Amino acid sequence: MTRRLSLFNVTALVLGFAFLYLPILLLVVYSFNASRLVTVWGGFSTQWYGALFRNQALMEAAWVTLRIALLSASLATVLGTLAALALTRYGRFPGRTLFTGMVYAPMVMPEVITGLSLLLFFVAIDLDRGFWTITLAHTTLTLCFVTVVVQSRLMTFDRSLEEAAMDLGAPPLRTFFSVTLPLIAPSIVAGFLLAFTLSLDDLVIASFNTGPGATTLPIRIYSQVRLGLSPEVNAASTILIGIVTLGVVSATLLSKRSVLRSRRNAH
Amino acid sequence: MGAVRRAFAPWSDPDAKPLIRFENVTKRFGEAMAVDHLSLDIFEGEFFCLLGPSGCGKTTLMRMLAGFETPSEGAITLGNQSLAGVPPYRRPVNMMFQSYALFPHMSVEKNIAFGLKQDGMPKDQIAERVGEMLRLVQLEKLARRYPSQLSGGQRQRVALARALAKKPKVLLLDEPLGALDKKLREETQFELMDIQHDLHMTFVVVTHDQEEAMTMADRIAVMDHGRIVQVATPGEIYEQPKTRFIAEFVGDVNILEGHVQGQENGLWRVKTPTAEVPLTIDDPDEVLHSGQAVAIAVRPEKMVIQRDPPGPDATNVLTGEVWDIGYLGDWTVYRVKLATGEILRVTRANASRFVENPIDWDEQVYVTFAPGAAVILAE
Repeated sequence: MTRRLSLFNVTALVLGFAFLYLPILLLVVYSFNASRLVTVWGGFSTQWYGALFRNQALMEAAWVTLRIALLSASLATVLGTLAALALTRYGRFPGRTLFTGMVYAPMVMPEVITGLSLLLFFVAIDLDRGFWTITLAHTTLTLCFVTVVVQSRLMTFDRSLEEAAMDLGAPPLRTFFSVTLPLIAPSIVAGFLLAFTLSLDDLVIASFNTGPGATTLPIRIYSQVRLGLSPEVNAASTILIGIVTLGVVSATLLSKRSVLRSRRNAH
Repeated sequence: MGAVRRAFAPWSDPDAKPLIRFENVTKRFGEAMAVDHLSLDIFEGEFFCLLGPSGCGKTTLMRMLAGFETPSEGAITLGNQSLAGVPPYRRPVNMMFQSYALFPHMSVEKNIAFGLKQDGMPKDQIAERVGEMLRLVQLEKLARRYPSQLSGGQRQRVALARALAKKPKVLLLDEPLGALDKKLREETQFELMDIQHDLHMTFVVVTHDQEEAMTMADRIAVMDHGRIVQVATPGEIYEQPKTRFIAEFVGDVNILEGHVQGQENGLWRVKTPTAEVPLTIDDPDEVLHSGQAVAIAVRPEKMVIQRDPPGPDATNVLTGEVWDIGYLGDWTVYRVKLATGEILRVTRANASRFVENPIDWDEQVYVTFAPGAAVILAE
């Protein structure tokens, strides 16, 4: 059935997307602006990208951000996958509903509250704020996203595959690594990519838990913008947008494909 | 092969030791009783079928043998060794799953090699054994394919090869032919029987399809509500069903309800509303008393349908009119409506191609059956 788009639908679509993406598009366009003035178009140029790579402070912040994102995403992936396994596999243990709710809570919790509570916690246990506190905070934030993605894959997972592996002589741990893990790997990678991108562009939680020597890119950009708009920041933001888009799109594709494949095999 | 099959009956040898023994096994899932104080012996080399409607506990029984479920009570032994506390990966038992459960990320040969690899078998021996299995199920050409690239029948063969590769003491098959179409199912039944015979392996099959069980099994255990109702050869199950449930579940049957009048010359006389004269039934093993309510079971092919009245000596004469005629090629099925409103199913083999003046719709007919054709089932 092919239905032609009515004028109303087209208008709604254009307005919706414009509302969502026009500001971002503007930022991307101005990052290629030859003029120093951010709001005046002075022709196409990539000079600000060059300037960006020579900007020591921004590059350092980018490096810190990247390390935090990789580390926290890895931690969140391991913990989130374990949580997903526990929630889908171990039947009805007491407090299962409570646990499910608690895993998802950080998704809807206002970031200010997450950030603040983590800060209070780190102060209470006397942990020096900096690289590690941001990493831990981001792990807390992104863990639930990994759990959601992996859990949705596990729901469609045919348990008889694991039973078959055990029946053929593989103990539980080997069954997990030779059958379960390879089959849910796409969703784990998808979860990792989501966690990575979330950590990459987080400002609020990072600002609460940052310390000397641990300025992430979003924090750096934010503080620079307060001193005045600079085309370099536009360039940095454009690169960030590119990475985040790539991460989210591949995460979506991966998890979709793995669910599709599991359906096809369940004939 | 037929001769070997016929002589094979370890269950009637009192000295024979069973390979698998269920002793008073019970399995509860919360309040529900899946298997209810069940005892059963299965012998080495048997092709054994667990038959029953869905939810009768047959799958649970098989899963307890594989080690995926633990009995709530009772013991299961395999070749004198208790299976209590033995995990699935240490049991000399392999299972072919209903969904086949092929590993989608492994090729056909990797799937078959999986179990051998777990045993730490050297690589060259694994390759040899995998080749042997592929030949057995005639899939040599598809060794490098992935499960998603195979047809249903091919997947079934891979699943079989994978389960057989480790030469288990017992092969469990959960509805092995359930996902195949009718034609392929029939072919595969005979193939399974040949493979079982050639490998001298013990097969335990779970099925809800009575035809499948009748074709393949040495013995059938009919299950209902977590209990075994009868364990016997297909012939005994069909000809001497113990209960009405079995008579109705396995094959087609006509049931005539009545009351026992007494015994004459070793034959039971049963009064039914469907016939004027009491029926005469030759079922000497039944112990009955006068006035007892019973059901008489007669298979459709053991009834004779005719237009002319039978002689005065004829036993078991029922009268009615032809309600329906179904021509099946090899058989014709007549549905005869009795005066009491009951409908009998009578079949006749179409032995010759032309019949002069065949019995037609709405005709008055006589249906008779021999005393030995019927079975008395206590109600």
